[in-house]
Amino acid sequence: MSGFRLPEGGLVDREAALRFRFDGRDYTGFAGDTLASALLANGVTLFGRSFKYHRPRGVVTAGPEEPCALVELRRGARREPNTPATTVELFDGLVAESQNRWPSLRFDALSVAGLFAPLLAAGFYYKTFKWPAAWWEKVYEPLVRRAAGLGRVAEGPDPDRYEHIHAHCDLLVVGAGPAGLTAARMATMAGARVILAEQDALAGGGALLDRGAQGWAQAMAAALPHGVLRPRMTVVGAYGHGVFAAVERVADHLAEPGMAPRQRLHIIRARRAILATGAVERLIAFPGNDRPGVMLAGAALAYARRFGVAVAPQVAVFTTDDAGHHAALALAEAGLQVSAILDPRSESAGAEAARAAGLPVRMGWEVVATDGAQGLHGLRARRRGAAASDYVQAGALLVCGGFAPEMALAHQAGLETRWDEARQAFIPGAAREGVAAAGAARGLHGLVEAAADGARAAREALAVLGLPAGEEPPPPGPPQEVSATFPLHEVRARGPAFVDLQHDVTADDLRLAVREGYGHAEHAKRYTTHGMATDQGRVGGTAGAAVLAAARGITIPEVGIPRPRPFVRPAAWGALAGADVGLHFKPERLLPLHDWHQAHGAVFVRVGPWLRPLVYSPSGDTSWEPVLEEARNVRRAVGLCDVSSLGKIDVQGPDAATFLDRIYANTFSTLPVGRARYGLMLREDGILFDDGTTSRLAENHFLVTTTTQKADEVLAHMEWHLQTAWPELDVTLTDVADHWAQFAVAGPDAREVLRGIVDRSLSNGAFPFMAAGEAVIAGIPGRIFRISFSGELAYEVAVPAQHALAAWQAILAAGAPHGIRPYGLDALNVLRIEKGHVTGGEINGQTTPGDLGLGKMLKRRGDFVGRVLGQRPGLLAADRLQLVGIRPLDPAQRLRGGAHLRDVQGQGPSQGYVTAACMAAEGEGWIGLALLAGGHARHGETLLADSPVHGEAVPVVIGSPHRVDPENRRVRA
Amino acid sequence: MLRIHCPFCGLRDEVEFRYRGDATARRPAAEANEEAFFAYVYARDNPRGWHLEWWLHTHGCRQVLKVKRHTLTHEIAWVGLPADAPPEDAP
Amino acid sequence: MMSSGPAGPYSALRLAWEALRGHRHWRPAWRSVARPRDAYRVVVVGGGGHGLSTAWHLAAEHGITDVAVLEKGPIGLGNVGRNTTIIRSNYFMPENIRFYEHSLKLWERFEQTHGFNAMVSQRGTLNLFHSDGQRDQFARRANAMRIEGVDCELLDRDAVKRLVPLIELDNTRYPVLGGFLQRRGGTVRHDAVPWAYARSASARGVDIVEHCEVTGIRVEAGRVTGVETTRGTVRAEKVVLCVAGHSSRLAEMAGFRLPIETHALQAFVTEAVKPCLDCVVTYGAGHFYISQSDKGGLVFGGAIDGHNSYAQRGQLPMAEEVLAAGKTLMPALSRLRVLRQWAGVMDMSMDGNPIISTTPVGNLYLNGGWCYGGFKAVPAGGFYTAHLVATGAPHPVIAHFALSRFREGRTIDERGAGPYPWAH
Repeated sequence: MSGFRLPEGGLVDREAALRFRFDGRDYTGFAGDTLASALLANGVTLFGRSFKYHRPRGVVTAGPEEPCALVELRRGARREPNTPATTVELFDGLVAESQNRWPSLRFDALSVAGLFAPLLAAGFYYKTFKWPAAWWEKVYEPLVRRAAGLGRVAEGPDPDRYEHIHAHCDLLVVGAGPAGLTAARMATMAGARVILAEQDALAGGGALLDRGAQGWAQAMAAALPHGVLRPRMTVVGAYGHGVFAAVERVADHLAEPGMAPRQRLHIIRARRAILATGAVERLIAFPGNDRPGVMLAGAALAYARRFGVAVAPQVAVFTTDDAGHHAALALAEAGLQVSAILDPRSESAGAEAARAAGLPVRMGWEVVATDGAQGLHGLRARRRGAAASDYVQAGALLVCGGFAPEMALAHQAGLETRWDEARQAFIPGAAREGVAAAGAARGLHGLVEAAADGARAAREALAVLGLPAGEEPPPPGPPQEVSATFPLHEVRARGPAFVDLQHDVTADDLRLAVREGYGHAEHAKRYTTHGMATDQGRVGGTAGAAVLAAARGITIPEVGIPRPRPFVRPAAWGALAGADVGLHFKPERLLPLHDWHQAHGAVFVRVGPWLRPLVYSPSGDTSWEPVLEEARNVRRAVGLCDVSSLGKIDVQGPDAATFLDRIYANTFSTLPVGRARYGLMLREDGILFDDGTTSRLAENHFLVTTTTQKADEVLAHMEWHLQTAWPELDVTLTDVADHWAQFAVAGPDAREVLRGIVDRSLSNGAFPFMAAGEAVIAGIPGRIFRISFSGELAYEVAVPAQHALAAWQAILAAGAPHGIRPYGLDALNVLRIEKGHVTGGEINGQTTPGDLGLGKMLKRRGDFVGRVLGQRPGLLAADRLQLVGIRPLDPAQRLRGGAHLRDVQGQGPSQGYVTAACMAAEGEGWIGLALLAGGHARHGETLLADSPVHGEAVPVVIGSPHRVDPENRRVRA
Repeated sequence: MLRIHCPFCGLRDEVEFRYRGDATARRPAAEANEEAFFAYVYARDNPRGWHLEWWLHTHGCRQVLKVKRHTLTHEIAWVGLPADAPPEDAP
Repeated sequence: MMSSGPAGPYSALRLAWEALRGHRHWRPAWRSVARPRDAYRVVVVGGGGHGLSTAWHLAAEHGITDVAVLEKGPIGLGNVGRNTTIIRSNYFMPENIRFYEHSLKLWERFEQTHGFNAMVSQRGTLNLFHSDGQRDQFARRANAMRIEGVDCELLDRDAVKRLVPLIELDNTRYPVLGGFLQRRGGTVRHDAVPWAYARSASARGVDIVEHCEVTGIRVEAGRVTGVETTRGTVRAEKVVLCVAGHSSRLAEMAGFRLPIETHALQAFVTEAVKPCLDCVVTYGAGHFYISQSDKGGLVFGGAIDGHNSYAQRGQLPMAEEVLAAGKTLMPALSRLRVLRQWAGVMDMSMDGNPIISTTPVGNLYLNGGWCYGGFKAVPAGGFYTAHLVATGAPHPVIAHFALSRFREGRTIDERGAGPYPWAH
């Protein structure tokens, strides 16, 4: 017997019919329906298949805690697997499919797994599939994987947008039920900035299930200032310090988002928070409790009151709480036939009321079996303790095993929890760090009690915020009598009784876990997968804990419940990721002249966040030729290179020189004004950290340059030392990296090129090697440094970044007669390898100055970072990896950047590795730099550069890394 | 998510800061021996509880802050400048 | 070296027989001892992966069965139960390759050794590269492995796309140039690992004592003599600490400090879906890695949170970053829902490498400093720790993992990040 639309009632718009399709069949529902309510109204009972045994599954709840009615929503790149039909707001044209079944929902081939259920008990896979070893990957695992899983991921990249926004408020109220609405109303009236987050599309919570209170909820929501109530917003995590993350489903109720993002993650910083997250009705474990048609009593009530849908013409109720009787009364009033109310208790006020209304109440009874196939036909019940059972007809069995406060956020916020025997539930304790629970989330029953508790929580929050609490708003109705919950969580009888409907975990599975030593709640969870499904064990968690407690002979609070982790509800990956994805993942930094480089055929390479020209190749030639042409042009004539991405730190103050003496391993206090010096910066452990040139612009004014990669780290390293180790030094550090564009002009003709556009003499006498100072370049006030990375006569000119193009073009124009051309990082690399200069490949966080042949630069006297620990024996050992130059014995052979050095027979372990390799610009063939064990003493040896992944092994000769002009005549020319 | 009260910039998210470790490890004087430098660089109390630590406000005032934070609960009891010491009666 | 455990051997036949008997005759997988005895030859502190593996190797390899494993809670709920389940040996430094390769070989026969299916799945681990420079670095690493006799290969972008169709190669910040694949890498059902070791160790006589927290370490004349616990004093000839995440606290009890800070590493899992990802993928440009479990959930993670933390929960900024990296790599996962976010607390050492070592206290040994790489090391970590405890001297393979390396300047800093634990 299946469900149908009631002739009246519900909050759906019966004028607005919506068409939708499920498993290829067309249906109609109303605006305000969920996919679940619309399918129930159309008589559908079978929604999906369970995870393990592929058993038929119906709908169990009317909310986001749904474990069973999961569907694939939408199609193609918008396909959303595992979507609870109970949360999908119906829209016209909606398409959904059932999942985890083949070939169809009704006839699922893998449901044969159910026949083997006794074999597939908890943890069966740990005990078998072990032999032969190779079969796990080849045979068993593919079978397991294919059977497991639920829906399928989307077919392509998500076409929709997501965004993150940051919000601040005085008070965050989570949940717009009676408690939340009351708290938010009071707080807004007191002048507080309030965010009221409600996961549902409608405010009201439990009030939506009470005909009298529906209007109250609407009025309360309408009375809130605009923007306070945020429907369709689920707070998914509490992150401490008043920070909460909430996912707003902006456009999930629409066919397509249009201009809007699909979802939005709110990162909320709240001074206080009230968690009015309500409570979840619980399942009772009894044989057959997974059959489609067995659902929670509150869900049936929601389908009737909210959606105007009868879940079946005839229903039975199995309850341990008066809430089940109240639901039965309401459903009878809506026109459903109640065939029995089964309650294990001996008497209760709710039972009396039901009996007075003529409903067939059987006190002291329990359900022991259900009957049906892919829908429910009836059930068997017995008086507790009796052997014989009666058959009761029903198209739906409505279960109420009491309520569990929705406590995930409270847990995350660090609130203590305690077991409440009367409620048979864990409830949160006192407020902590400004976060308090209220209403049903604190274990209270009844709309009026919840509202009053919301008012109490609001008063407490307002007192701390220093705002006056005014009158309490009107209550949602007359007070109701509430009952205690009877401690019955499992009916022991023949047949599988489920505690996790999605993962097919039965009470027997948990008992098996206890028998095998996995009785601790965390072990049992991991061994049986109880509570690990998409619903996180919301409806069956307490039943599971009770089964474990009974099996272990301890109490439920001693068993405890596994700690709920974020996210409170599964949250779309895209929403959590936000907008900084794809091409916008990580910032990208462009040089001031990026457009010029691009227009002139630059191929770019990423260096940290920067895009730098690798080579200028307008023809698209990706061979070595354009690179070597650029490099040879530097050696032969003159080239121009954009080095603007280097870090630049302005160091000023009376103690600037002292500071640099300590932060660098070599001395700067002796540097004359107007001169530059190459510096080595160590970490405190003695390892080389960064290098670069530092110029003394005035007595108390230095300019430090860093590598592009380490620019941020070096600045932080300097600031940290200045502020914590040497606060007595009077020094100011300023990051000026972005202020200056800087270009290297390198090659024998460099002086000739610059002579005409620089306002100062560049003669060797006036401006020798390592000179530095101010200059006007092509009419632009800037700076000039005579430093060389290429090994040629070279200058670096710096101009304010906004004048980059003018200076660059002036240099190109002045250089045109000399054949000047720009060169990129590849050519720069060729030049420095030939010269034997080191970069990131050698300053790799593992090498010392000594390893790189720079040990002589370290000052002998005075303190500096890295001085003491750099003297440890391991850092001075003769067999350390040391920098050498290499070239193939046969100049025709190629060197690989990833090759290792081994003995010439290609035997034994790696003795070192190639850090850089290129075609030489000067001379023939390949050359490289390498780090070789004890390399400084091994010049002249022949070794093998072995690259097994390329299938290449090249005999190489070890030599000095300094191949071009080792006497440094050119740079001083 | 940590929110740190910078004395100059106000309450700011952790993403504005760069962490720099244990603030009780202070750089020894120049004449100190290897043992002292070894302890400074390598030896850590690593408490499960209150921890005095450096945070550099890189996306703000670029001041190094000394923060007293609980490594289990992430509560922050005190924020000061490098020369400051947390009050004795702080937790 | 087949172990059967107190419950008898596990097999399909046994399973069928027990099913016929209603599964009522299974017995505990391991013998959990309520109270420790007064004295043991070796006390292992910590019933996680490394502690249980050490105990089993002491018994199986060295015949030392007078061993107690003391665990403050139930076994296996620390990092061995909270990681992203990846196994691999694709390191650069030879010291690391040799150690992790031995571990991988032990994983390869794990099921047969322990008679317990931990679902060791050698589905491959793939690292992506995005530039010529990165390709050279991976070639260098791959060559280092090949020279040590370990499998690995470089893939071009087409091969990457064939292997993992979910990866977006081009329309992304870091277009993919190729990959570095170790086919023998993969995943293991992590929770099963401590259970299997506990089962086979207790079958050999090792006492596994759960809910027994060590509160003090007894040291006399510079040598350890036992431990104080919440269940009384336990004397021991030798004590070994296998409590990564909390090594500093135990070291403090013994009176010394370690080059270790504790940091939180986050992990995430999505809802289960049908098979869509057949190997482990590491996306270095985004500090992101991902695999799909046999259950169907996508398990993934990123970098550590970056500040000292003993909280087994992650911070939001790192979560946002990890998820942004993941969606950038695999944009079709955008509509999949993420189920849980959690964290483990790591011993982050000052060079990013583990410590298996003697300590300043005689007969007290340390297995720790695993950073975020401890899970894959569980078999070899136990193997070499047991060897060290049994013989008193380090095996040559782990000689470089000694605590003294920090003092001597012989750190093994694979990433070159320096003595900044939060940077590794």
